[in-house]
Amino acid sequence: MLMAASTGHLGPTIFRSTDGGETWTEARQPPAFPKADGEGPSRAVDHSFWLEPGHPSEPDVWWAGTSPPGLFRSADGGVTWESVSGFNDHPNYWDWCPADGGTPDGALLNQVQIDPRDKAHMYVATSTAGVFETRDQGASWRPLNQGVEANFLPDPYPEYGQDAHYIALAPTMPDRIWQQNHCGIYRLDRPAERWDRIGQAMPPEIGDIGFTIVPHPRDADTAWVFPMDGTEVWPRTSPGGKPAVYRTSDAGRSWERQDAGFPTEQGWFTVKRQAFCADAGSPVGLYLGATNGEVWMSDDEGAAWRPIARHLPEIYSVVAAPL
Amino acid sequence: MVQVFIPSQLTSYTDGASRLLAAGASIEQVLDDLDRRFPGLKFRVIDEQDRIRRHMRIFRNGDRAQDIRLPVSEADEVLIFGALSGG
Repeated sequence: MLMAASTGHLGPTIFRSTDGGETWTEARQPPAFPKADGEGPSRAVDHSFWLEPGHPSEPDVWWAGTSPPGLFRSADGGVTWESVSGFNDHPNYWDWCPADGGTPDGALLNQVQIDPRDKAHMYVATSTAGVFETRDQGASWRPLNQGVEANFLPDPYPEYGQDAHYIALAPTMPDRIWQQNHCGIYRLDRPAERWDRIGQAMPPEIGDIGFTIVPHPRDADTAWVFPMDGTEVWPRTSPGGKPAVYRTSDAGRSWERQDAGFPTEQGWFTVKRQAFCADAGSPVGLYLGATNGEVWMSDDEGAAWRPIARHLPEIYSVVAAPL
Repeated sequence: MVQVFIPSQLTSYTDGASRLLAAGASIEQVLDDLDRRFPGLKFRVIDEQDRIRRHMRIFRNGDRAQDIRLPVSEADEVLIFGALSGG
């Protein structure tokens, strides 16, 4: 088990536990960019944001995405980390990840997803340039953003520049990629290259802004989102103070509101991108951690929700693990 | 040897010691000597571009060091502090 940590004083590091979280040991060589050689601004890792276990065929491999955007790989279970040159030193890096680019918590390489059928086939999501694909395990990359809006740029459909909040491969159909973007909800069925904005089927008064999307563990047509007020200044709260999950069961053609148990008014929180997950149960259990320090769960695929923890600090990450 | 003050934020690396002696003719060499004995400590004080971390402070005697190449001598004291932050 790995944990990313960053304190104000001591900077970023990664801790590792091999006893289920009882004891933790700091990485001997945490993620760090190479020393600058004079080309472009110099980068230092501010924090590791995303930790992804490697392909099942490589049990000691882990991947980390950082802020500022960087991709790092460990081949020894997280003890030492190497900069992935194919992304971090790519000739287009400073176009993809400009030094002045940044969302409120810092520009991110916020996600790594690996094709379960092919360890060399991976996707990353970034907050400054959208989604990228590699077919050689990170040696070369290309943008994968056709059809995805960037309404904050002069060209609203650029090759790169989008803010991909979250991507998820459908577990039983890994050619299907779900994306919750800064500018809407999308789906891409490879080998197609153009994303469909499935969020257009959301109720207009709710919109399709949010941080995360959770695929069903078995049904590739089903996924859940937690919409957020994206109308004006992004307060990072549910539309109207009425928290709700929305579910699609038909690959995004329609959406169903699931709010039973949530506050019916004055519920001013949201769910960040690592804080909403599903288990593999039948029916599926859903778990979300909110910015107000509450954890909510549903044991019936979203039909009803109840709080299971309160008074925690703002929640960044929730993971369901079988015991 | 140079006298080094270790702030509370770093004593988990130094087995609890807040005052240490270290060898070196510059702040960097002092940090290198400490890092050999207490692995990981140096990278908590400076980043991978050799910049002093934003919320760490290093002083040579009473003067704030802006660069870890600053020379030190046996008579000097190196003080590392966590900057006032966090509340």
